[in-house]
Amino acid sequence: MSDTVLRPDAVAPEWADALYDVLVAQNIRQVAYVPDAGHSRLIARCEENPDMCATVLTTEEDGVALLAGAWLGGDRGVLLMQSSGVGNCVNMFTLIENCRLPLVAVITMRGEWGEFNPWQAQMGQATPDVLTRMGVQAHRVDDPDDAAPVLDAAIRQSFDGMLASAVLLSQRLIGRKAFTEEG
Amino acid sequence: MADPGTQDLRLDRREAVARLLQDRGELLVVSGLGSATYDCAAAGDDPRNFYLWGAMGGTAALALGLAQAQPNRPVAAITGDGDMLMGLGSLATIAAAAPANLSVIVLDNEVYGETGAQPTATARGVSLVEVARGCGIDALEDIRDMNALGTLAARMQRCEGPLFANIKIAAGEHPRVLPARDGAYLRSRFREAVLGTGP
Repeated sequence: MSDTVLRPDAVAPEWADALYDVLVAQNIRQVAYVPDAGHSRLIARCEENPDMCATVLTTEEDGVALLAGAWLGGDRGVLLMQSSGVGNCVNMFTLIENCRLPLVAVITMRGEWGEFNPWQAQMGQATPDVLTRMGVQAHRVDDPDDAAPVLDAAIRQSFDGMLASAVLLSQRLIGRKAFTEEG
Repeated sequence: MADPGTQDLRLDRREAVARLLQDRGELLVVSGLGSATYDCAAAGDDPRNFYLWGAMGGTAALALGLAQAQPNRPVAAITGDGDMLMGLGSLATIAAAAPANLSVIVLDNEVYGETGAQPTATARGVSLVEVARGCGIDALEDIRDMNALGTLAARMQRCEGPLFANIKIAAGEHPRVLPARDGAYLRSRFREAVLGTGP
C-alpha cells in the first residue's frame, strides 16, 4: 500500500464506510468517541444516523463506563478512539472484566509508520500490551480489506461471548498524519 | 469557603438517600463506589440498583449510557463528591448529550470518607453546582434540608433534565451496608430486572 498522508477533511476511504455498514448491520446503537482524524469519516456517518446515539466524550475512560451503562440498558455500543486514549482507560477496563461486560473499541493507531509526533510513540507502542494486560483482546488490521470483517468478528465475539475486544487500525492503513503540506 | 452559619446545616446521608428512593417508581440507579453504594443498599436492595465498587470517576458516565439506552425511564447516578470530582468531564458530556431522564445526585460530605477523611476540593470552596451550571445542566442550589429532597425526588421522576443536585451531607461514617460485590451477578440481575433477559 502507498504511504498515504492523512488530512482530516480528506479521510473518506472505503474501509471507513465498510466499518459503518458493519455497525449498522450489527445493530450498534451507541457510539462513544474521542475524535481522531482517522475516525472522522466514521464519526460523521454515525452522527448523521438518527437511529444511532453518538456521544462525544471528554476522555476515553468515560466511554468505557458509558458503554457499560448502555449495555445494562439493552444497547450495543462501540468506542472510537486513538491509541493515546487506551492509557486513559486502564482503570476503567476493570469495570468490564469485573462485570463480564461486552466491550468493542475501534482504535486508530498513532506512534508508528512514519509518525511525525514523538509524543505519540510511547502509548502507540504500548497499546497492544496494555489492552492484553487489561483483558481486552486486540486485533490488528493492516489491510483495508480486513477492517470490516475483523470488526464484524470482534462485535460477534464481544456481544455473543461477553468479551472485551479492540480493533487496532494501523497507522499505515489510516495514513500518516500530516502536520505540514506535503505530498 | 463555606459560610460558618450554614456549615452545620447538613443532612444525614442515609436519611437523604432513603428519602430519594422511597417512592422510586421505575427509577434505575447507578451508585458510586464507597459510601454512596452502601447508602443505596441501606435504603433497600433492589435489582435495579447497579452498585459500583470501583471504576472511580465513571458513575455519571455509566448512568449516561444507561439513560440513553432507556430513554423512557428515569435514571439516577448517586455518588460522592470524590467520584464526581474525578469525573468532572462527564458533566460536560452529559450536558452536551442532554438526556432528559438523567439525574446526577452528589452526596457531598467534602471528604474522601473511605480513605481517612482527607478534604476534597469541595471543602475548599469548589462548587459542584456551579460546575454543573457552567456545563449547562439545570442544577438545584446546594441541598441542606429534607424538604428540598422531596422536591428533588419529584423532579427526578419528571424526566425534564438532565438535572444535577448536590446534597450537603454530614461527615462521619455509618455502619457499612454491603451489597453484593460480584459484578457479573449485579449486571445479570440488573439486566433481568430492566430488560427481562439474562446475560
